[in-house]
Amino acid sequence: MKILDLKVYRGPCEVISNLTIDIPKGKWTSIVGPNGAGKSSLLQGIADILPITGSITINNVNLQDVDRKARAKTIAWLAQNNDAAEEFSELTVYDTVMLGRIPHQGWLHLPSSLDHEVVQESLFKTHTQSLASRFLHELSGGEKQRVLLARLLAVQADILLMDEPLANLDPPHQADWLIWQKELLAQGKTIVTVLHEIQYALKADHLVMIRQGKLHFEGASQDLATHEALVTLFEGRIRLEKLGNDWVCLPA
Amino acid sequence: MSNHSLSLKLLALFAVSLVLIALGCFFGSTGVNWNFTEVDPIILYEIRLPRSIGAYLAGALLGLAGAIAQGLFRNPLADPYLLGSASGALLGVGIILCLSYAGEDSLTTLIGMNGGAFAGALLGVLAALLLAGGYKSSLRLLLSGVVIGVIFSAANALLTFVRPDLYQSLQSFMLGNTSLINWNATVLMALALCLCVPITLLLSPVLSALSLGENTARTLGLPLDLLRLLLIGVLALATGFAVAQTGLIAFVGLAAPHLVRHLSGGRQRTQLLLSTISGGILLLGSDLLAKSIFAPLEIPVGIVTAVLGGGYLLFLLRRGQIGIRK
Repeated sequence: MKILDLKVYRGPCEVISNLTIDIPKGKWTSIVGPNGAGKSSLLQGIADILPITGSITINNVNLQDVDRKARAKTIAWLAQNNDAAEEFSELTVYDTVMLGRIPHQGWLHLPSSLDHEVVQESLFKTHTQSLASRFLHELSGGEKQRVLLARLLAVQADILLMDEPLANLDPPHQADWLIWQKELLAQGKTIVTVLHEIQYALKADHLVMIRQGKLHFEGASQDLATHEALVTLFEGRIRLEKLGNDWVCLPA
Repeated sequence: MSNHSLSLKLLALFAVSLVLIALGCFFGSTGVNWNFTEVDPIILYEIRLPRSIGAYLAGALLGLAGAIAQGLFRNPLADPYLLGSASGALLGVGIILCLSYAGEDSLTTLIGMNGGAFAGALLGVLAALLLAGGYKSSLRLLLSGVVIGVIFSAANALLTFVRPDLYQSLQSFMLGNTSLINWNATVLMALALCLCVPITLLLSPVLSALSLGENTARTLGLPLDLLRLLLIGVLALATGFAVAQTGLIAFVGLAAPHLVRHLSGGRQRTQLLLSTISGGILLLGSDLLAKSIFAPLEIPVGIVTAVLGGGYLLFLLRRGQIGIRK
């Protein structure tokens, strides 16, 4: 996915300015930056939620030339938990995950046997089968987040955009999430995440750093130059240390 | 919820509906008469039967409109009455009545009144949305609806000054009344319901998608703005056609969806269908009460629904089942 000279607008404000980046196909790209940098806005611009100028192309096709339904099948978006957890949601878990199949359904939106199969599979992968008949508003934050992840998986899109997917997940489920990421990458999916957990962001293939709506740095997550840029991004208030095979982020 | 369980629930609610319609034929200003053969056929077929079926259909239209409003604006307090669409419809009826000849009861006037009510209902809900700056703040939307309702009621009061001869008709509409429903009105409401229900069921995925939030719904490939506008149109049509026949009937649209929420299993299509039927049951049941509490005197059904619906709303608020997001 190539993003060229992208501007994203939230109301009258330009929240992302002249951003040009390459999101490598079949890889995991993580967007990081301080609060208010414009990370979620960038994701929402790509997902066609916020208005944009500039171009986003996938396989040389400009996304603005693709019809709404085809776009929905190509790019799936996971909201921040507090965005999605509507107080007045009367949906069951099963029906929530089934919503992910809307882009694949005809105009009557009647679920096919394939839709049911995909929903079951998504529930299984996110360990939420036992919650299938529960109402979304009855679940804990972590359970809800796993259900919303299942909804994302049910779209079967090639590009998955996730805004703070680890929010509300306990450590075992964060570890599960990493396993799902690897499975999805093995299936050839392109993953773009916004993460505040730097140690998880460093497990991505590619890091994009945003500050005040502009590109600060982009590079491979294991590169030393990327690590230096990351420390600068947070004004030297963090340090990165190697622990076994992984990098961890600590206060400076 | 399995299809079998849904069929059973639908069957049970239809059975209750039929019993109430039959009861409506027994109850009248001449008292309760359990023997059909002793009732004047004209009273039975030209007054009680169309009134019973008509009251049921008006309630069904309001129940459907309430379910649409609550799903569309993700607001458990949204209903045609509180959103300003019912008072808009009433103003539409009032204007058409003022423009027509006094006492004229032609089909043209009836169609004109329904058209006026539809336009008024649409204007009411759009004005409330405009005043609230959209639908994102539940509290602002409800307050705007109340303000629009007050303004439209004032405009209606003004109409009685312009045409004092219509004071009684307008007053009857303001209090909500099923006693003037005839076969023409019943057929019109049946047609409106036959149009509104399939369209709403067809558009219901947008309501399900919206319950995950506006942004997620946008990424599902649905033409959200167009579908939302169509649903507002259906809401206005259902409200307008009910109000044009019965006047302002409060709280049926609000209470009907809440009454069946635990039966619908969280499925929008089921919720819409059950709300429609429960709206019919609620209004027809209230109409029977209105006819029998002070029989042979009859009180306007709007008073009964306001007392019952308002009490139910207070009960829900007390139990904490309804929260308001600012």
